[in-house]
Amino acid sequence: MKAELNERLVRNLDQGFEAMVRDYGQRLFAFAYAMSGNAADAEEVAQDAFVRAHRALRRYDSERIRELQVNAWLHRIALNVLRNRVRRRQPRLVPLEAELQVADAGAGPEGQALNRAAIRELARQLSELPAPHRSAVVLRFVQGLSYQEAASLLGQPEGTVKSNVHRGLAALRRRRHLSEVI
Amino acid sequence: METLERELQELGRVPAPRGFVDRVISAAGVGERYAELETVIGTFFVAWNRAGVTSVGRERPEEGEKADGLPRQLRFDLEGLTEFEQAVLRKTLEIPRGQVRSYSWVAREIGRPRAVRAVGTALANNPIPILIPCHRVVRSDGVIGQYGAGGPEAKRKILDFEGADPDRLARLARQGTRFLGSRTTRIFCLPTCNAARRIQEQNRVPFQDERAAERAGYRPCSRCRPAAQASA
Repeated sequence: MKAELNERLVRNLDQGFEAMVRDYGQRLFAFAYAMSGNAADAEEVAQDAFVRAHRALRRYDSERIRELQVNAWLHRIALNVLRNRVRRRQPRLVPLEAELQVADAGAGPEGQALNRAAIRELARQLSELPAPHRSAVVLRFVQGLSYQEAASLLGQPEGTVKSNVHRGLAALRRRRHLSEVI
Repeated sequence: METLERELQELGRVPAPRGFVDRVISAAGVGERYAELETVIGTFFVAWNRAGVTSVGRERPEEGEKADGLPRQLRFDLEGLTEFEQAVLRKTLEIPRGQVRSYSWVAREIGRPRAVRAVGTALANNPIPILIPCHRVVRSDGVIGQYGAGGPEAKRKILDFEGADPDRLARLARQGTRFLGSRTTRIFCLPTCNAARRIQEQNRVPFQDERAAERAGYRPCSRCRPAAQASA
């Protein structure tokens, strides 16, 4: 299926791109949401990442597009977008609808889903982790990448990613323990 | 699995806000629209974006917004095709309605005279049949050749509709006639060239190849460029 998307991109960039946004839009949005902690930023980041991806694809030749690991590549672009945004935290209008929909997201069919508040709380807690811990935890557990994939994406040794994941998880557990006690 | 890890996993399934995909697509400037196109060989769907038409096919596009008609000005978005494929398709666009050219003619015209087979492949993969008239490229032996959008029968039908008279072409080819010369102008043409069609019967001279025509003192037509020398 992955190779099929690459072929579509080679065959017809714009149609392929549309398919790519449909296939990976949710995943990339969830990634940006977990990394940024709110829906408005997440939409901006994910959209920006896709627009950059499109611009890049226009410059790539067929061989390069065929060899693309689309999932990892999109995550890498989104990571760059996130890094470039860190220092410009200005107040912005929050599209209420987006926030509300994310909030409803938890209500899955199995009934074991997190409620809206819990999802937002988890995203908020993640956003308070130091950046290296946060990206390691999010790539490994929220996005379900292997340590190897996460390491290659972050450009870090696997050992570093593992220890960042452990620290991040430990910090999250401490926080929830605290909030339960209080 | 521990609760925290399961919850993180669940966070990864957060759906994107409603309309997210469309907003991304329009931000990237690639939203596609499509319209139906009725032809003598059936209904086709034409899809285009801001850069131009991207595809013509039998299947209704899965994505994109339906429009009432084709864009007034037809441009073509050949992004993603190789330079060679683009050159073949752009050259094919120059073949006038009611006329045909051979695969080797296209190869020669784009400066790749040996790439006849590759021209065939590029035309077979034409993403925009009908509008980029790959049906106007036929074999030089008069055989109509393959056609992706419905086989040789469909190809014959469009050519017939356009007035290229495929039966006449086949007849000429069977007689070994590839060019027609005019005794009055001393110019030789491809049989479907407008100039060739105006030659009166008593002045019409058939030629089997360009050398025979040139030996007889005829020069190639500058419109249909039947021979290599003409384009040089």
